[in-house]
Amino acid sequence: MTFDVYLNVAVGGLLTGLVYGLMALGLSVIFGVVRVVNFAHGEMMTIAMYIAITLFQALHLDPLVMLVPVAAVLFCLGYALQAGIINPFITRPEHSQFLLLVAIAIIIINVLLILFGPDAQSVQTSYSYDSFQVGKLIVDATKLYAAGAALAVAVALYAFFRFTAIGTAIRACADNYTGALVVGLDVKHLYALTFGLGAACVGAAGVMLVLIVDVTPSLGPAYTLLAFVIVITGGLGSMPGALIGGVLIGVTEAMAGLIFTPSAKSMFAFGILVLVLLFRPQGIMGKKAA
Amino acid sequence: MFARLFENVSRRTLVLLGVLLVGMFGAPLVASDYLLTVLILILYFAYIGQAWNIMMGFAGQLSLGHALYVGLGAYTAAALYVHFGIGPWLGLLVAVPVAALAGAFIGFLAFRFKVGGVYFAILTIAVAEFARVGFDHLSWTKGSSGLFLPVAQYTHNDLWLLRGQPVMFYYVLLVATVLAFVFCRALLKSRIGYFWLAIREDETAARSAGIDTFRYKMIAVVISASMTSFAGVIYAFYYNNLFPEQVFHISRSIEIILGPIVGGVGTLFGPIIGAFLLTGMSETLIAALAALGVDLPGAKQVFYGICLLLVIMALPDGVWPWLSRRIGLTEREK
Amino acid sequence: MSALLKVEGISKRFRGLLAVDRLSFEVPEGGIFAVIGPNGAGKTTLFNMIAGVYAPDGGAISFAGERIEGLAPDRICRRGIGRTFQIVRPFPALSVEDNVIVGALMHRHDVVDARTHAHEVLRKLDLYDKRGQRASSLTLPDRKRLEVARSLATDPKLLLLDEVMAGLRPTETDRIVSILRELNRDSGLTILLIEHVMRAVMALAGRILVLHHGASIAEGQPAEVVRDQAVIDSYLGAEDI
Repeated sequence: MTFDVYLNVAVGGLLTGLVYGLMALGLSVIFGVVRVVNFAHGEMMTIAMYIAITLFQALHLDPLVMLVPVAAVLFCLGYALQAGIINPFITRPEHSQFLLLVAIAIIIINVLLILFGPDAQSVQTSYSYDSFQVGKLIVDATKLYAAGAALAVAVALYAFFRFTAIGTAIRACADNYTGALVVGLDVKHLYALTFGLGAACVGAAGVMLVLIVDVTPSLGPAYTLLAFVIVITGGLGSMPGALIGGVLIGVTEAMAGLIFTPSAKSMFAFGILVLVLLFRPQGIMGKKAA
Repeated sequence: MFARLFENVSRRTLVLLGVLLVGMFGAPLVASDYLLTVLILILYFAYIGQAWNIMMGFAGQLSLGHALYVGLGAYTAAALYVHFGIGPWLGLLVAVPVAALAGAFIGFLAFRFKVGGVYFAILTIAVAEFARVGFDHLSWTKGSSGLFLPVAQYTHNDLWLLRGQPVMFYYVLLVATVLAFVFCRALLKSRIGYFWLAIREDETAARSAGIDTFRYKMIAVVISASMTSFAGVIYAFYYNNLFPEQVFHISRSIEIILGPIVGGVGTLFGPIIGAFLLTGMSETLIAALAALGVDLPGAKQVFYGICLLLVIMALPDGVWPWLSRRIGLTEREK
Repeated sequence: MSALLKVEGISKRFRGLLAVDRLSFEVPEGGIFAVIGPNGAGKTTLFNMIAGVYAPDGGAISFAGERIEGLAPDRICRRGIGRTFQIVRPFPALSVEDNVIVGALMHRHDVVDARTHAHEVLRKLDLYDKRGQRASSLTLPDRKRLEVARSLATDPKLLLLDEVMAGLRPTETDRIVSILRELNRDSGLTILLIEHVMRAVMALAGRILVLHHGASIAEGQPAEVVRDQAVIDSYLGAEDI
């Protein structure tokens, strides 16, 4: 194999990694603010994927057009979930939260199974087999579009937290829960909003991933795990960290698939996770705890 | 020592335990084949739940990767049997240390490098996933194509080689569950048990009370892993086939911990009650859906998920703490 | 009297901020020694270095003639130094009795022995009647005494008390003062306390050290220290005396 092959695979991994990064960003935002580990994260993504596929099959809508509406639907779902079910659990021990979200995940997976059946489905767009060529580098159009959209969503989210009043209020909640209560912030609403935003991220990522992967109802747990790996690698609570972690894992998986065997991909991702946990527990971009 | 095990146990609890024990020992005499397999499943989960509870309920370390220890136990014993004809009881002598070593490895990494809470949980998942992919490629255990134990029609039960009918497995698991219960109670009443609870409640305060928290957390993970691997050995010889994709899968780890959480983390009855409830619920749902003529893949799991959701929302501390208050048993071990 | 605890020139710096600056003092065996000073003077940092939460950047700490700086908190406790926390941290879901049994098990391997010892300690601290309650259900004064009890149950030679009187009413303060004085007199327990409540300090301490910006500005008998002009200027003010 020549250098070109490696380069092509690496770039493909990088682009997929950006989409992974967006998915992980959702998890990171939720954990960073609400302090709940969303064990149903990948499952929420599969909901978005099936919405995108259904709309595509019914109306032939391009997934990239559906990005915003599907993200909006997931936002509402996330908001309702947090406000209605998860909120009473935010002060409960981790294992209790875990059980709650696992129950939600089980329900999601199997409702999807009933609705759509176990077979893999995918989306074929007009540009599914297009590619761009720069010198010896060949880039899939779908991956490029997906990665571009992922970056755009991530930037929008960053701007929201940085420059809007609500974004600032949410960051205040994350920094100091009691303080936020004292100054009269509606923490419950802000938490639900945050959970909604996290869900919107994973929803947007899901819409873009249907361009790249085949969808089955049981896809969820693997992506939940992947999101964990990325978030911890990049640094919990760090928005650039999630993207960088995503790229790192995306490239690692792609290279491992090339050099070893595709089925060993996740082993390398978990290997990276273990190394990060041991030598830089705060993650690549994370701040050291005081 | 033995007398102390019954210290502070109310008459009611003893009567309850006695009835339960007699019922369980007598059950195979009346149970149908189907019911017996359900009971085997219940005992299996009750036993592993008890082992998991040592880590989470006693020492406060959330492991989400206990399938690792089941799988290591199962694969070690099965491979020894297939390759060298070594029976399960001798195989245990290898399987348990293998699982204990894996537990010690995870514990050492996590506790030395101060990986705690959610991070610890993710680390346990990561190692289990690592093993799943690794075993897929391990030719000694036949990789992803699965390791099969030779099966035949058994007319008599060979306890030494664990070749025989379900009823034999039932009694083996029943004895194991009873022993695990007694062992856990003894642990909880011992010096180690007090130290574990202290660590669970507040690790910083525990250290300043003189407890070597690293050491006691290591003991917890090693005991828990060793106990769990025994269930793995039984699993291998009961089902006779092992696939990394199934044995080490995260959903196996989740199954293991649902029982004790639903039943009540940190209680001795929790894992048992949880196993009865969840397995019972699952089987009832299958029967109910069959009776209604519903034949949808996934329908059972949806109801299962909803029941789980309702239980955890209504009784966040688990069923047993609530139940023990209702039937007037005050459990003293908390 | 010989020194049980000897602190020699210890310093601790946090990101450029010098919390404790080349501090030295000695706590005599069997004495009650108080460290006072304004907030941020470095009192809790000093305690945390003695208790092993972090190692000093420089200097030495000796306990009963042996160097202990940099040892882990649990090893310090096993050497014979017990501590309480400024913000109390009993084991919330455990009963009062079990909280103290945990401490008592440090030097006892049998749970029955430990329980007997725990009961003795609980009686001394007026908590025996509440031994069956969950620690989380106790009032603040009770929780403070429970922390002292848990620590005492480890049979320390030296007890470090981090503001055990803070937030207590005067009657409760007097109650703890008399308990501590009794412990000191009857069992020769050496006590090192950080305290803001001057009423308690004056009633208890045989010797006082005043900490300001991480350094000692005065040390001596209570009566001398409170008349020290530097102490009055930096910390006490005239009305406290």
